[in-house]
Amino acid sequence: MLASYIPILIFIVIALSLPIVGLAVGWLVRPSKPNATKLMPYECGVDPESDSRDRFSVRFYIIAILFVVFDVETIFLFPWAIIYNQLPIFLFIEMVVFLGILIVGYFYVWKKGALEWV
Amino acid sequence: MIENLIIYFLIPFIKIGAIVLILSGAIAYLTLLERKLIAHIQVRLGPMRVGWHGLLQPIADGLKFVLKEDIVPSKADALIFTLAPMISLIPAFVVFSVVPFGPPGMFEGLLRGILSRFLESASVERIVSNPIASGGFVTDINIAVLFVLSVSSVGILGVILGGWASNSKYPLLGALRSSAQMVSYEVAMGFAIISVLLYAGSLSLVEIVQQQQAGGWWYFFIQPVAFFLLLVCGMAETNRLPFDLPEAETELVGGFHTEYSGFRFSLFFLAEYANMITVSALAVTLFWGGWLPPFPNVPWLGFLGIIPPVAWFLIKVFLILYLFIWVRGTLPRFRFDQLMNYGWKVFLPIALGHVILYAAILAI
Amino acid sequence: MELIFFYILAGILVTFSILTVTAPNPIRSAVYLISALLSMAGLFFLLEAEFVGAVQVLVYVGGIMVLFLFVIMLVNVREMETQRRASRHWKTAVVLGVVLSSELIFLVVRGADIFSTEGIGSNLIVEAQTRNTESVGSLLYSTYLLPFEIASILLLVAMVGAVVLTMKEK
Repeated sequence: MLASYIPILIFIVIALSLPIVGLAVGWLVRPSKPNATKLMPYECGVDPESDSRDRFSVRFYIIAILFVVFDVETIFLFPWAIIYNQLPIFLFIEMVVFLGILIVGYFYVWKKGALEWV
Repeated sequence: MIENLIIYFLIPFIKIGAIVLILSGAIAYLTLLERKLIAHIQVRLGPMRVGWHGLLQPIADGLKFVLKEDIVPSKADALIFTLAPMISLIPAFVVFSVVPFGPPGMFEGLLRGILSRFLESASVERIVSNPIASGGFVTDINIAVLFVLSVSSVGILGVILGGWASNSKYPLLGALRSSAQMVSYEVAMGFAIISVLLYAGSLSLVEIVQQQQAGGWWYFFIQPVAFFLLLVCGMAETNRLPFDLPEAETELVGGFHTEYSGFRFSLFFLAEYANMITVSALAVTLFWGGWLPPFPNVPWLGFLGIIPPVAWFLIKVFLILYLFIWVRGTLPRFRFDQLMNYGWKVFLPIALGHVILYAAILAI
Repeated sequence: MELIFFYILAGILVTFSILTVTAPNPIRSAVYLISALLSMAGLFFLLEAEFVGAVQVLVYVGGIMVLFLFVIMLVNVREMETQRRASRHWKTAVVLGVVLSSELIFLVVRGADIFSTEGIGSNLIVEAQTRNTESVGSLLYSTYLLPFEIASILLLVAMVGAVVLTMKEK
């Protein structure tokens, strides 16, 4: 079984070497004439105002944490779906209970307006 | 020993080399196809200068990517600025190691012909009977579907890091939007795939296609809704119109790669189109029967078998890519709040309900 | 052969873990953590636990790290870079570190005697090596049914907690 991962390892090595080789080749042939204006962060031609690494809306954080929760949920569904044909009714009830609890949470989040993007 | 070297190193190496070359070429000409199609949809001609009807345009573009100056902004974090496009590109390519282009045993005859000149027949048979050597795929693992999902989820990090490392306002905002959008639609995509797994009972992409062959029906005909969910979420995942807010030119200039130029930019570009092909290949494998002709078990349609399996696969992938471009030429862009609403309040409940519905049908 | 891969992956894991805690810039430290988590996934694959390995990448690298990066960007990085590295809580950290490392040492030395592996059927191991995900499924949804359902309550708490902490009362 482990052997079937060897080609993936080879693929990773090749995929890793491609951009490195490309960057190296590019470094040899491409021009490099930097100047202060060219290296300035792009702000539609105006000199940049204030620092760009500002703090941003907390909504991105909510989205990310909801994503992690649902991601873990889908992970539980994968092995469930694979063995589903072995004893469907039992597994169905199990998953309905599992999802039911989470759907309650989902509606709570919805009602609280966390999914609203204002 | 020599057999193992051939099975696990030499043949995969050749296959991977071929895939990488074909993929790069396909991406190059996909951009030309896109420009041409969009142009004709908008009653323009598109690229016409380089070669006949712009046929050499992708090559000129590729040369330019290498030859143009590659700027690293003075305020950027140079290390992460270089790493980010790689983090995007590598997963986008590695995913293809589990995509089944053709059936197991596809190269059996070819391999036997070549190898029998160098090796004795016992070892030739050992090599030929191994699916990794003779199959129309680089490798077949038990968790291929999960592998595709998990590896492509790494690509999101490249986008966030690229936007942050640029240390400029538009890239940062673009990266945030982009990653929020990608994670929002990934959940619904996962559910759409799980509905298929309920029927297939396997995570191996090769086995899923074989199940469709045994059943005689592509899963598209059983679960069309899941297919459309996967397609829509795929468009959102790859930041394609109508979900291309991360690079909405009118608001965010170029999105997360505003500060990128030259070769580093081309890596992001390659990754985006490779992801497009990945989504199409995944949709084809899960719903359109991979390398199978339509209705594989209907006897009077047997003549469709004269088209080789790989060609079927590529034709179907091409059709979905065509659809992607067509959609881009037709639909306007969503607003960001609409996009998040659709992801969390429309697609997620539909996908979840779809899984429960089909599980209930199977249980009865 | 496997041993070589183990040492390579373990070496990468340890190196990047150390870099994670020593890097001055939090985003760099997140990048090192990504590398560490990926090599850990590699270790899972090496143990033939392919399902766990894929989940490790999907949840930790593709999910938790996105969350981490968002959180790092939520706070002001400039301030963090100039702040004193050792925080006021160093005493707690030392106590916790001593407790945890003595636990680890104890388990390494005596663990084999306390937790016998006899209960784990050998046929299960053989099965797990061929059909990894299926064995996870059939165990999780029969023997470990209760923990599985409790996991959903944990996820519910996470969801509700995030909303309560971040949403302002209207």
